[in-house]
Amino acid sequence: MAGKSSVERFDLIVVGSGPGGYVAAIRAAQLGMNVACVEADKLGGVCLNIGCIPTKALLTSALLVNEMKEGARHGIVAKDVSFDLAPAQKRSRAVADQMNKGIAFLFKKNKVTHIQGFGRLEGKGRVEVEAQGGKKTVYEASHVIIATGSRPRDLPILKIDEDRIWSSTGALMREKAPASLLIVGAGAIGMEFADVYDSYGTKVTIVEMLDRILPLEDADVSKFMERSFKKRGVDVYTSARFENAAVHDDGVRATFKDAKGETHEIDVEYVLSAVGRVPNSEGLGLEKAGVQTDDRGFIVVDAAMRTNVPGVYAIGDVAGHQLLAHKASHEGITCVERIAGKGEGTVDYGNVPNCTYCHPEVASVGLTEEQARAKGFDIEVGKLPWVAIGRAVALGHTDGFVKIIRDKKYSEILGAHIVGPSATELIAEFVVGRHLESTVEELERAIHPHPTLSEGVSEGALAALGRPIHI
Amino acid sequence: MITKVHMEALSPTMEEGQLVKWHKHEGDGVANGDVLAEIETDKATMELVARGEGILRKVILPEGGTVPVGNVIAVIADADEDISAAVAEAGDGAAGGEAAQAKAAETAAPAEAAEGKSAGRGAAKAPSAGQASGAQPVASSGSAPAPASTDGGRVKASPLARRLAEDLGVDLARIAGSGPGGRIVKRDIEAAREAGVGAPARAAWTPDESEYEDVPVSQLRKTIAKRLVESLSPIPHFFLTVDVDMGRVLEARATINAMLEERAEKVSINDILLKAVAAALRKHPDCNAQWHGDHVRRFNGVHLGVAVAIDDGLITPVVKNAHLKGIAQIAREVRELASRARDKKLLPDEYTGSTFSVSNLGMFGIHEFTAIINPPEAGILAVGGVEDTPVVVDGEVVVRQRMRMTMSCDHRVIDGAQGSRFLATLKAMLEEPAAILV
Repeated sequence: MAGKSSVERFDLIVVGSGPGGYVAAIRAAQLGMNVACVEADKLGGVCLNIGCIPTKALLTSALLVNEMKEGARHGIVAKDVSFDLAPAQKRSRAVADQMNKGIAFLFKKNKVTHIQGFGRLEGKGRVEVEAQGGKKTVYEASHVIIATGSRPRDLPILKIDEDRIWSSTGALMREKAPASLLIVGAGAIGMEFADVYDSYGTKVTIVEMLDRILPLEDADVSKFMERSFKKRGVDVYTSARFENAAVHDDGVRATFKDAKGETHEIDVEYVLSAVGRVPNSEGLGLEKAGVQTDDRGFIVVDAAMRTNVPGVYAIGDVAGHQLLAHKASHEGITCVERIAGKGEGTVDYGNVPNCTYCHPEVASVGLTEEQARAKGFDIEVGKLPWVAIGRAVALGHTDGFVKIIRDKKYSEILGAHIVGPSATELIAEFVVGRHLESTVEELERAIHPHPTLSEGVSEGALAALGRPIHI
Repeated sequence: MITKVHMEALSPTMEEGQLVKWHKHEGDGVANGDVLAEIETDKATMELVARGEGILRKVILPEGGTVPVGNVIAVIADADEDISAAVAEAGDGAAGGEAAQAKAAETAAPAEAAEGKSAGRGAAKAPSAGQASGAQPVASSGSAPAPASTDGGRVKASPLARRLAEDLGVDLARIAGSGPGGRIVKRDIEAAREAGVGAPARAAWTPDESEYEDVPVSQLRKTIAKRLVESLSPIPHFFLTVDVDMGRVLEARATINAMLEERAEKVSINDILLKAVAAALRKHPDCNAQWHGDHVRRFNGVHLGVAVAIDDGLITPVVKNAHLKGIAQIAREVRELASRARDKKLLPDEYTGSTFSVSNLGMFGIHEFTAIINPPEAGILAVGGVEDTPVVVDGEVVVRQRMRMTMSCDHRVIDGAQGSRFLATLKAMLEEPAAILV
C-alpha cells in the first residue's frame, strides 16, 4: 500500500487542453479546485495549433492579397507584385505559437498542473498518462473531464496522407501555393481553404455531396456564396459524388460524378479532404470504464455534461452537438460550475453561432428560413443588402446581406444570417440579442453608431419589420 | 449588533402582511419590545415589535407595501455597523413592497396610473413555500424560486417574455424568473402557461378607465376570498331549512332583559339562539365536528363562531365554550368581540378555533339565505329575521313570529338525517326555551 500513497491526487483532471479543456481547467482553478490538465500534444488543441487560429491568420493574409489586387482603386500602384504563401504560413505558425504560450502562462497563473502525455481512464477516479517515451503514471481525481476533441474524417476512397491528400493540417503546412487543388467538402473548412488558396493563385475545384455549399447555412447564403466563388473562378460542383483519387508522382487524378451524373476526371496537384470530423473517443479507456458512446463514437452526456459513469464528464467535440470551439468552452464552464455546485447552468445549443471566415465572411445564429417554416412559425423575413449601408460602401465591401427571420407573433429573432464584411463579428450582436430574448423591435430601437457596419443590424431589423429606411 | 426585522406571522393563517404605518423611522433609536410598525394581516391590524435594540438603520418595506411572512422589512443596528449584507439579503428575497408597487406601475400604461389607487396596494404573491403552510415563516433567503424579482425596483423580464405574457394573459408578477438575478425569460412564461399560473384569458372588450374604479383588495378581503373559494369548491355542501316559531323566545327575551335591567344589560334574540345552538350541538356532537380526511373530529365543547360584518368584509370571532356560558355572558362577549372586530383589534386566538358558526342577517330584513361553511367546520347556520307570519294552528289562521333558518352541512361529515335531527332539537329548544336547560 505504500506505493499507492505516492499517487498524485487532484480534485479534477481534464484530459485534453483544447478550447473546451483548458477553459474548464482554468475555471475549475478559479473555483478553488486542485486541477490537472493532460495534453498529449501542444496546449490549446486543434483550435489553437492547427485549426481556428492559424487559419484565421492565413485568411487575413488572403484578404490582404485580394485587397492589393484592387490597390489601384486606392491609388496604390505596385509594379511586379508577387504573392508568396510561405511567409503567410510562417506568420500563421507564429500566431499559433504565441497563443500556445499564452495558455501555458494562464495555466501557471491559475496554478493548473500541466501533465504532458496521453491520458486515459484507468478505473474509477484514476487517469493513466503515457508520456512520449512510453512511461506511464497514474493520477487520481474525484472528477475527470474528457475533452479530447475530434479529428478530420478519413474516407476510405480518399485516404489522407498529408502529402498529396491533405486534411486541414496538411493544408496549413504548405509553403507554396500549388497550381491546382481539389477540395472535397464545402463546409466551413473547405470554403476557408478555397479562399486562401484561390487568393494565392491556385486553381481551386470544390466538390460537395449535398445540393449546396455551406449546407448548414440558410439556402440564400449558400446560393450567394456559390455565385461569389464561381465569380472568382473557383469551380463548384454540388450534388456531386466523389469517386476516386489516384495518387501519382506529379499529383492526383480525381474522379467524381456531377449533379447530372456525368463523370469528371481531373488532374490536380493536391486534394484537400474536408468531409467532416470524427470524435477522438478511442483508446481513452472509455469502454473499460463503462462510459457510454453513441453509434458515431460521441460520448453521451446530460445537460450537466455528465456521462453515465459517476465522476466522468465529457465536453467539446467528443461530446457531440456542434463541433465548435466556443461551444466547447461553454460546456467546459457549465460542467465545472456544476461540479462545484455553482448553479444549474446549461448550454443553449439553439444559440450557438456559426462562422465561416472566407471572403465574404459568413455567420449565422438560430434558425434558417427553411427551419423556421418547418417549425410552423409565422415568419417575416428581412433582407438588407450591404450596398444600403454607407460604411460598407466606403469600405468597398458591399457583397452580401443581413437576413433576419422574425416570428410575426412575438417578434422573436428566430434567426440571423450575415454574408459580408465583418459578418463573424457582427453576428455577436444577434447572439446577445437572442440570449437576452430581445425582440426585433429592440434591435431597431437601440441606436447604432453611424457610419458603421453595425447599422446593418438595425437596418436589417427594420427590414424584418417591413419598414427599412435605406432600401 | 445587527437585527433583521422580519415580517412576522402575526396571525396563525397569515401568509403575507401589508405595512400600514411605520411608528419608528430611519435614524430612530429602538429598544427591545418597542412598537415598530402596524401590519395589516389577513385578519386584523397588528403591532410589530422590535426584537433587538439599536437604531432603525434601514426601512426596506415602505408603507402600503406587502411582503410574504419571513421577508426582511427593516434593519436595526448600531450607528456605525455595516448593514449592507442584511439589506442585500432583503433585496435578494423579495423587496416586496417596492416590487409590488413597481409591478403595478409597469403594467398600468400611463405613468399617472401608478400614482393612483390601482397601483398602491397591488401585492405580489410569492408562489412559494409559505402559501401552503400558513403560519410557517418563509426564510427570506430560501432556495425556493424567488418571485419575479426586483433589486432595481422593476420586474426583470425579457422583452420576448413580456410579449408572450401579454398575449397569453400571464401575470409577470406571479412568475418566478429562472434567468440570472431572477429575470423572467421565455421558458418561464411557457412553464407558467403549462402549469396554469396567471390570469384568465383576456376579455374581448375592456371598459374605458373612466367607467370603473379599481378598489384595492385588502389583506382581509383576500383572505375572505381565498377561504370562501376553499370552502365552496372542495366541500360538498347541502342545505336544510326549517321554520321556527319564535314566540316563546321573544317572551323569554323580555323576561331576561327585565331581570338584567338593573345591570343595564340586554340580550338579543341572536344571543338566545346562540345559547340554544350550543345546547343542541351538545346533544348532537355529530354536527359539532370537522372533516380531517381520514377521520372526523367530534368536539366535546362548543366554540361558536359568530359572523360579524365589518367595513371591509366579515369576520367570525369565537365564543369559546358557549355551552358553559349563560345567555347574558354570551351577549356580553359577542358585543365586545364584534366591537373589537370592527376596529380590527381582534387577537388571533379570538377568531380561530370555532367548531360551528352562526350567521344572522335578520337585522338586514333577510328572510332566509344560505351561508358558506367556514372550514374546517362542518356546519353553519344561516338565520333570517323574525317576522309576523300567518300560520295555521288547530285549523285557524293566526299570526305568529316565525323565523327561518338554513343549515349548510359538509356532507362528508353530516348526513341529511343527522342534520335534520340537530335542527329538530334546535327548533324544539327555541319553541320551548326551557328545553335548553334540560
